[in-house]
Parts: sequence; structure tokens; C-alpha cells
Amino acid sequence: MFKILEKQVFSPVIKQFVIDAPRVAKSCKAGQFIILGINEEGERIPLTIADFDREKGTITIVFQEVGKSTIQLGAMEAGDYIKDFVGPLGEPTHIENVGTVVCVAGGVGIAPVHPIARAFKEAGNHVIGIMGARTQDLMFWEDKMRAACSELLVTTDDGSYVRQGFVTDVLKDVIESKGKENIPLVIAIGPQPMMRAVCNMTKEYGVKTIVSLNALMVDGTGMCGCCRITVGDETKFVCVDGPDFDGHQVNWSELAMRQVYFKSEEQLALEYKECTCRNGGAE
Amino acid sequence: MADQKAKKTIDPHKHEMPVQEAKVRAHNFEEVALGYDEETAVAEAQRCLQCKNEPCRQGCPVQVYIPEFIKLIAERDFEGAIKKNKEKNALPAVCGRVCPQENQCEKYCTLAKKFESVGIGRLERFIADRELQKGVTVPEVAPSTGKKVAVVGSGPSGLTCASDLAKLGHDVTVFEALHVAGGVLMYGIPQFRLPKEIVQAEVENLKKLGVKIEVNSVVGKFATVDELMEEEGFDAVYIGTGAGLPYFMGIPGENACGVYSANEFLTRTNLMKAYLFPKYDTPIKIGKKVAVLGGGNVAMDGARTALRLGAEESHIVYRRSHDELPARKEEAEHAEEEGVIFDLLTSPVEIISNEEGWVTGMKCIKYELGEPDASGRRSPVAIPGSEFIMDVDTVVVAIGQGPNPLVPRTTKGLELNKHGNIVASLETGATSKPGVYAGGDVVTGAATVILAMGAGRAAADAMHEYLSNK
Ligand SMILES: Cc1cc2nc3c(=O)[nH]c(=O)nc-3n(C[C@H](O)[C@H](O)[C@H](O)COP(=O)(O)OP(=O)(O)OC[C@H]3O[C@@H](n4cnc5c(N)ncnc54)[C@H](O)[C@@H]3O)c2cc1C
Ligand SMILES: Cc1cc2nc3c(=O)[nH]c(=O)nc-3n(C[C@H](O)[C@H](O)[C@H](O)COP(=O)(O)OP(=O)(O)OC[C@H]3O[C@@H](n4cnc5c(N)ncnc54)[C@H](O)[C@@H]3O)c2cc1C
Ligand code: SF4
Ligand code: SF4
Ligand code: FES
Repeated sequence: MFKILEKQVFSPVIKQFVIDAPRVAKSCKAGQFIILGINEEGERIPLTIADFDREKGTITIVFQEVGKSTIQLGAMEAGDYIKDFVGPLGEPTHIENVGTVVCVAGGVGIAPVHPIARAFKEAGNHVIGIMGARTQDLMFWEDKMRAACSELLVTTDDGSYVRQGFVTDVLKDVIESKGKENIPLVIAIGPQPMMRAVCNMTKEYGVKTIVSLNALMVDGTGMCGCCRITVGDETKFVCVDGPDFDGHQVNWSELAMRQVYFKSEEQLALEYKECTCRNGGAE
Repeated sequence: MADQKAKKTIDPHKHEMPVQEAKVRAHNFEEVALGYDEETAVAEAQRCLQCKNEPCRQGCPVQVYIPEFIKLIAERDFEGAIKKNKEKNALPAVCGRVCPQENQCEKYCTLAKKFESVGIGRLERFIADRELQKGVTVPEVAPSTGKKVAVVGSGPSGLTCASDLAKLGHDVTVFEALHVAGGVLMYGIPQFRLPKEIVQAEVENLKKLGVKIEVNSVVGKFATVDELMEEEGFDAVYIGTGAGLPYFMGIPGENACGVYSANEFLTRTNLMKAYLFPKYDTPIKIGKKVAVLGGGNVAMDGARTALRLGAEESHIVYRRSHDELPARKEEAEHAEEEGVIFDLLTSPVEIISNEEGWVTGMKCIKYELGEPDASGRRSPVAIPGSEFIMDVDTVVVAIGQGPNPLVPRTTKGLELNKHGNIVASLETGATSKPGVYAGGDVVTGAATVILAMGAGRAAADAMHEYLSNK
């Protein structure tokens, strides 16, 4: 059992937990993730390690409520326990000093980008952070990102905060103004369409781009193959070979198709939950 | 008088195993084989000739004292029988159910020369189930040796090794990557063949011996084997991480929606209980026509599971002929009775899907048996021009598994073979790294429960010696 030590609500659908998990905190690195299962009936859901404190033995996760499990998780409070919590999983992001790194974060992707940006900065890079959200209410961790990056650019799709535009617009400005030859590496994490758009653009400039893929998963240890995806000409398991991949090699349409594999079942799960709630929350 | 006579004439047939009726069981997840009752067990035990040379024992990978335990059953000393059995077999309730007996103990039974063999597995299951029902007495544990052992993986191999070492007084911790202990017994072999309650009862018994089980612990991730030894003070490590890496065919279309590895298909269903969706949160999607690729136990389990999840048709697609099916005979028979269709001498070449990425069919090619090869086996040869499209919407790939690389890759100085299996002595489990032992599927490649257990036991003996001299 893993205790929720703190809860913060960033928006009605974006929440942050600090979890007591010393074993994970001891060894995790930027870019890795955990899998949790809320209770006996629960699904195993992957979430990125957004921050960690080795001394306190804690892991921070930030998640967006999109379906049954994340909504159920969001309803939990500090002091509650999560049944299963396993990690760190996946390969850490490859951190080295390349000079300048642009870290692009979209939506809830701000959380996974944060430790990566920090690690690149600690490795001596000049880190340009770009963070964007649909609207101001969905924006979080601006202060943490400012601390993790050398410079930070913020945008909202609807212009409700700082400036109007997509993260790709900002990235384009950055590449144009600094010159593509001065940007050896872009990291992009966020919703799939955003990562795909970033990759399409950087490909034109010939700027290497690493993305973090969120394939569907079950075990997260390379045992089931549920998370497989074509990268280049090879099938890779996102949970053990990734989650980081060269975004220019990823077969995005395949990923998008596999993502909605269980769409109708997810809907059913949600309805089932609502239905039992209406019956007085038994269960 | 009549009794005396009846004893002398041997019933040529094994006492039948009561089973759920095929039509009914094909749609539920309850156990298929129901087990002997006391009278049937005693009568079956009386068929045994008590052969002096014990041929049956030679066929058992762990050399269970077969004639002895059967004799005790015939005498109605069931407690004595299970005690005798357990001297060699750590998980009789499991082995009695899943051992390929027809290739092991029962194959060598004297009776099998003329009649049907003694139902050794069924008798083993009977006494084990009876004990689980009555409550298991915890065996004695030797005084603490002060030595710490880590067991990586909680499959039959790791559990057996842990149990033996704990009984010898060592302080044992089992690390398991998943959230439940039991390995393939929990995530792979279906509920209808091996009820999960039985596996968990065995795990509970292990805890009573003082073994600590840490689930949610992926070795190679939260700590490496080297770190366990250097930083956490483990004096020796047993690696029993199994063969959990699923192989795919490598044919076009294999990443389409509707294609599962057998591991994913079975894990969703067994471990995550997708058959109880939506009460349980993990979904599984099953189409109308399912093709399972392969001919082993894993394939049979996949095909039978598909029927139970509601598939209208479930096919086994296998490259060789019926005689070469590597599955246990009983499983193939049960599958056939339940309505699984066998498409033999057939192999897929491409999986076809629609624009949204969903499987709509599978292109296959027919095979015929060619000339016998060096091993004397007639190997299948593709028939040119025999391609056809099979109408399926779900494909389960069950063509085998390799060793999971997480531990091998992260352990310094561990010798591996070209398939990535750990190189270890089959007698002692010793690897190229001092203090590190290995056994089960991670060493041998996908094999059987009883072989994995035997390896765990052999390694426990060797580790005990190593620790005693340390
Ligand atoms: C390595 C990894 C790291 C992740 N990190 C984070 C994170 O830090 N914060 C966060 O909010 N989410 C993260 N995700 C996504 C998160 O796992 C899913 O949102 C979650 O599993 C959805 O579960 P659900 O039951 O609430 O929704 P479901 O009902 O299962 O799904 C609802 C919708 O979410 C999509 N979805 C389902 N599973 C996933 C998935 N694994 N990845 C992406 N989309 C999914 C489905 O396509 C569906 O449209 C991560 C995923 C991966 C693979
Ligand atoms: C579907 C199916 C049906 C089968 N049917 C039969 C049958 O009828 N009869 C029979 O005799 N055999 C059968 N087998 C084969 C048999 O189950 C295996 O040979 C046996 O389970 C191997 O045991 P093991 O202990 O070596 O490994 P496993 O049972 O595979 O256990 C290994 C364990 O190690 C864990 N692990 C892996 N990596 C790590 C890590 N890095 N850190 C921590 N833990 C880790 C895994 O999660 C797993 O729990 C079947 C196999 C399958 C898949
Ligand atoms: S363990 Fe398996 S092979 Fe040995 S006696 Fe029991 S059923 Fe037969
Ligand atoms: S070989 Fe058969 S008949 Fe002979 S002792 Fe063994 S089980 Fe009994
Ligand atoms: S999630 Fe099972 S192999 Fe990646």
C-alpha cells in the first residue's frame, strides 16, 4: 500500500499527488514512469514521474482525468492509499551536454518535461522551455518550469494567458531566431497530435527531436507487447525500449490507431462507474 | 470373496476424471476438471502394482515417491500420502493439474504397456486439494542462519527455491515485478485449468515459513542484482525470472488492432480479470472469429479462453500436423471437445486490416509434411500457390517466449547464451557470477512447471552449501 501524502488540484481535471514510495524515489531518473493500480479491481495505469525527492522517499505525479481510472484517482485524498505502485519503469532520458536543448511541453505534458529539462540544465545545457496549454486554467507549474529551464516561453491556444498560439508556433520562432544549426536537440512531450506536429516541423528543419510515447500498457516490464509500436522499421516495446524515441522515426498513425483500441470498453467502464455511483456509491 | 477377486483383475482404464460438460464449460471460467472423490481416489490407487523398480519415478523430473504415496492413498492414509509426496514436490496441487503426465510419470507406468497408466497426476491433485481444504500444517523451519537470500521472480521456480531455503533457516525475500506472486501460474495459465485461489494458498503457505514477498518490485529497475548484494546485504541471489518476452511472427500487419500476444491476451484475462469487466477495470476486446497461432499449451489456453470470452469461432492455426502439437494431450482434447477448430498444416503470412487499423482477415499458406529430416521428424513444407484468406477479426500470437532481458542485461558478469538465456549449471543452478544462481524458464527457455520447480530445488541445495561455507 502506498500513501498519498499530498494532493493539489491545478484545475478540475488536472491534479497532483505526492506519494510515499521510497524504493522508487531512490533509483528513478528523468524520463521514467510508474504504473499504479488503485485497488483490487483497478487497471494498471502508467504515469510519468514528474518529480522526486530521494531524501523524503517521495514521488510526484500529475495527471489529467480522461477516463474511469484517472477520474477515480482524482477523487482520492491525501491520507488515502493506492494498492499498487511500481517503478521506476522505462529507460531514462538520455542526458548529455549538447549545448542548447529546447523542451516543449503541451498540456499535462508539462509534468513529464519538468525533470528532463532540469536534468539537461544540470548537465550544463542552455535549456529553453516552451510550455503551452489550451487555456490559462489548465496551466500549472510555471514556477517550477522557470526554475528548471534557462529561459521559459509560455503560450495558450486561446490567448487567455501571456500570448496566443500553439507551442509549435513558439518553437518555430525559436528555431528561426536562434538558427536551426544552434539547436541540436528538441524534446517534445504532450498530447499525441502536438508531438506529431512538433516532429513534422522539426523534420523540415532537420532538428533532432525526442518524444515520450504514451502507448497503452499492461505490465510495463516487456511481458505483454501491448505497448508495441513501429519505430523506423522495427517493432519496439514502449515500456522497456522507451518511452523516449526519435520522433522522426515513429509511426504516428499506427500509434494513434492503437491508442483507441479499447475506446468502447473505456466508455462502458465509465458508465458502469457512474451507474454504481447512482446506486449510492456501493462498491 | 468377490472383493478379493476384483482386486486381482486390474481395471484397464484409469478412473475417469469428472469434468464439467463441454458445452457448459466452454462459456465459463470455472475449473474444467473437478477432481476425484475419496472413493474414486482409493480405487484408482488400488490399480497401482507397486512395482519394485519404480519406473514411474524415473519419468518424474523431481522423482516424487510415487509408489509410496499411492500406497498410502490405497490405505486411506491421506495425510501420510501428502507428506510423502511433498518430500519431493513443493506444489502438488499445481503439478497434479498441469504436469504433462503423459510424457512424464505416467508414460513410464508399467500399466501403460498394456492398459491405461495409473492416474498419478489425478491422485497427486486429490491429496493436495484435500490438504488445502483441511488446512496445511506448516513444516518446521531450521534455526536462523543469519544469511539473507534474494529470489528474483515468484514463478514456480522462485517459489520452490524460496520455500526450501526458508526451511533451512535462511532469511528469504522474493522480489516480484507484478502486483501478485505466482508467475505464469497467475498471469498465464487460465483460471479454468488452475484456479488462482490454489496458487495464492501456496503463496500464503510460503509466507508462513517466514518468506517475505515484495510485489511491485522490478529487479534491474529499482535495484540491480549487484546492488541487492552490495548495498542491501543479500548473501546470495536466485534468478527465476522466467521466459516472459513474447515472440511475434514478424509478418506484415502484426501491429494492427485485434492482434494480441498470448501473454497480453491471457494477462488481461487472468491476472487483470478482464472476464469480469466492467466490475474489474481492465478491458479485453474479442471479435467473432479468433485465430490463435501456435500449437502448445499457451495456444490451447488462448483458444479456449477466446471461446469463454464469447468468440463465435476459435481456431488453432498450426504449421505441423496433429501429432506434433506440443500441447498436453488432455488440453488439446479438451479444446477440441469445447469446439475449438484446428487448422493444421497452415501458417499465416500476413494480417490484413481495414483503414481504421482493425484486423479483417489473415492470409495463410498451406503446408504438407515433407521427407523426414535428420531427427526423423517430417518437417512441414509450404505448398506454392496455396495461399488463402482466413476470415478472422482477432489474432492471438502464441508462438513462444524468450527470456525477459531486464535482469540479464543489468547484472554484471552474468554469462548469457545467444538467445539471451542465463547460462547456469542444471545440477546446481550456479551461474558465472559467484553467489548468483538461476533456474527455470530463464535458463532452459519456455519449459514446464515441474522442471522450473526442480531447478529451484536443486539450486536451493547448492545455495545452502554455498551459504554454509561463506
Ligand atoms: C509512459 C506513460 C506515461 C504517462 N504519463 C502520464 C502523466 O504523467 N499524466 C497523465 O495524465 N497521463 C499520463 N499518461 C497517460 C495515462 O496513462 C492515461 O491517461 C490513463 O491510463 C488513462 O486511464 P483512464 O482509465 O483514466 O482512461 P481510459 O478510459 O482508459 O482512457 C480514456 C482516454 O485516454 C486515452 N488513454 C488511455 N490509456 C492511455 C495511455 N496509456 N496513454 C495515453 N492515453 C491513454 C484513451 O485513448 C482514451 O481516449 C501516460 C501514459 C504512458 C504510457
Ligand atoms: C499460458 C501458459 C500455459 C502453460 N501451461 C503449462 C502446463 O500446462 N504445464 C506445464 O508444466 N507448464 C505450462 N506452462 C509453462 C510453465 O508455466 C513455465 O514453464 C513455468 O511457469 C516457468 O516457471 P518460472 O518460475 O521459471 O518462471 P515464471 O512462471 O515465468 O515466473 C517468472 C516470474 O518472474 C517475474 N519477473 C520477471 N522479471 C522480473 C524482474 N526483473 N524482477 C522481478 N520479477 C521478475 C515475472 O513477473 C514472473 O512472475 C505454461 C506457460 C504458459 C505461458
Ligand atoms: S510432479 Fe508431475 S511428473 Fe512428477 S509425479 Fe507429479 S504429476 Fe507426475
Ligand atoms: S509404474 Fe505404475 S503401477 Fe508401477 S508403481 Fe508406478 S504407478 Fe504404480
Ligand atoms: S506494457 Fe506490456 S510489454 Fe510493454
